[in-house]
Amino acid sequence: MAQYAVLIYAPDSAHSPDATPEDLEDCNEHADELTDSGSMVMAYALTPRDMATSIRGLTITDGPFLDSKEVVAGFYVIEAPDLDAALAIARTNPVVHQGGGVEVRPVHSGGVIERTKETTG
Amino acid sequence: MTDLAAVEAAIADTHRREWARVLAATVRVARDLDLAEECVQEAYASALESWVSAGIPDRPAAWLATTARRRAIDAIRRDRALRSRLPLLVEPEEAGDEPAPPEPAEQAAADTVEALPDGRLRLIFMCCHPALGQGAQIALTLRLVCGVPVSDIARAFLVSEPTMAARITRAKKKISTARIPYRMPRPAELPERLPAVLAVIYLLFTAGHTAPSGGSLVRADLVHRAAYLARMLHELMPGEPEVGGLHALLLVTQARLATRVDGAGRLVQLKDQDRSRWDRAALAEAHDIIVGCLRAGPPGRHVLEAAIASLYAEALSYRWTDWTQILTLYDRLLLVWPSPIVRLNRTVPLAMVAGPQAALAEVEQLELDDRLAGYQYLPAIKADLLSRLGRPGEAAIAYRQALALATNEAERVFLAEQIAEQTFAI
Repeated sequence: MAQYAVLIYAPDSAHSPDATPEDLEDCNEHADELTDSGSMVMAYALTPRDMATSIRGLTITDGPFLDSKEVVAGFYVIEAPDLDAALAIARTNPVVHQGGGVEVRPVHSGGVIERTKETTG
Repeated sequence: MTDLAAVEAAIADTHRREWARVLAATVRVARDLDLAEECVQEAYASALESWVSAGIPDRPAAWLATTARRRAIDAIRRDRALRSRLPLLVEPEEAGDEPAPPEPAEQAAADTVEALPDGRLRLIFMCCHPALGQGAQIALTLRLVCGVPVSDIARAFLVSEPTMAARITRAKKKISTARIPYRMPRPAELPERLPAVLAVIYLLFTAGHTAPSGGSLVRADLVHRAAYLARMLHELMPGEPEVGGLHALLLVTQARLATRVDGAGRLVQLKDQDRSRWDRAALAEAHDIIVGCLRAGPPGRHVLEAAIASLYAEALSYRWTDWTQILTLYDRLLLVWPSPIVRLNRTVPLAMVAGPQAALAEVEQLELDDRLAGYQYLPAIKADLLSRLGRPGEAAIAYRQALALATNEAERVFLAEQIAEQTFAI
């Protein structure tokens, strides 16, 4: 088994601070599916592009790093035996049929860092 | 002792015909493309000495595969670190397959290549995986499936050897890192995966048929490689009509290849080609394939293209061509493959059936299509129609537009002659 990161590209993220449960229904349903199937390793939904702040060199700017039609709206990591299997899982993301898409990247290394009490304190 | 020349010929022949089979068998034990390639290369090199002293084996491909597989096993034993540099190829077990990995080394070495499940389709589908760019798919297919040296691939696509080598290395790295599997797509995946393979073969063929630039009109080697791939794929997938269609299309086009240019390398139009020099056996083979494909159900793009090409070729002369039938086939082709280029090509039989005026009206419509902007054959066809309508001044202008877009030297010479002819007729 290998791990693949799935980056969700959409015109914007549905996860605004005041999003209603209905706004997030599609996303949550899909996340539940992947969790139930056992392929989901971790997942993060990001807030909309208006919340983003970018740093390039010494300059801080308001907004996403790349000025483009789509932004990274979230990302998750799945486990799959090979790229075909990973693509088959990734293409079930509803965003694919909602004007956005996903990018699948093999994970080199990493994961959630286990932290001791002092550092979280 | 066997005659050196005979051995060299046998090796060259096996290289051309059996490279894919030998490599595919070796990849299964090496599970690393570079290692497998290296071992197959060495097997071919060692064949020279061995076959001279011991004679050419009855089954050369089996000998080569066994030798290459042994070398791979030895290399892995000698240096396990070799295998840990990059992730191993993923070879999922398939229903009906004997459990493949890990293959017992001794048995792997003893197997004859015929006893192995044929790995060529796995190899082809891996090289043409949609996760690889089309340039990489083409380069990998030539390198891994046809065994063409990187330097030759670089020359065919007019890039430097280091550039082509880097492109191939990058593709191999992606296969292993992203775990593009070494397996045959499942039947349900085929409709999505097969077109990429057909596109690679088709592009190789067209790149060879009219070389994008340079002096000679055809680059025969690419055409032959594409024809070889089409034949192999058709043998391996006899039930896929579109594979048959592409094979037939290439057969027909190849059958006429020798007459597309004259002794001086100048372009000869279809109407002036010497039909007695066409390869009748290839045309007959294509005809049988097309008939079989048409029986299999509603024809797809390549079957229709093949049927059109075949009808052009079967006519006793240009004059006796069945234009009405060709036009009907173009109409069907437009339904399954609504490309502006098909619409443009359709104007050729349209001019014969409905007259050049009707065809010109259609070409003028197509001039508004941005996708054809810069497509040299549009002004060339328009010029021909204008010339037939007795409008040489406008024809010369259109030929000049075509000339400005043409990069192939033989085509440029042809167009320049047409301009001179039209200018003379004004």
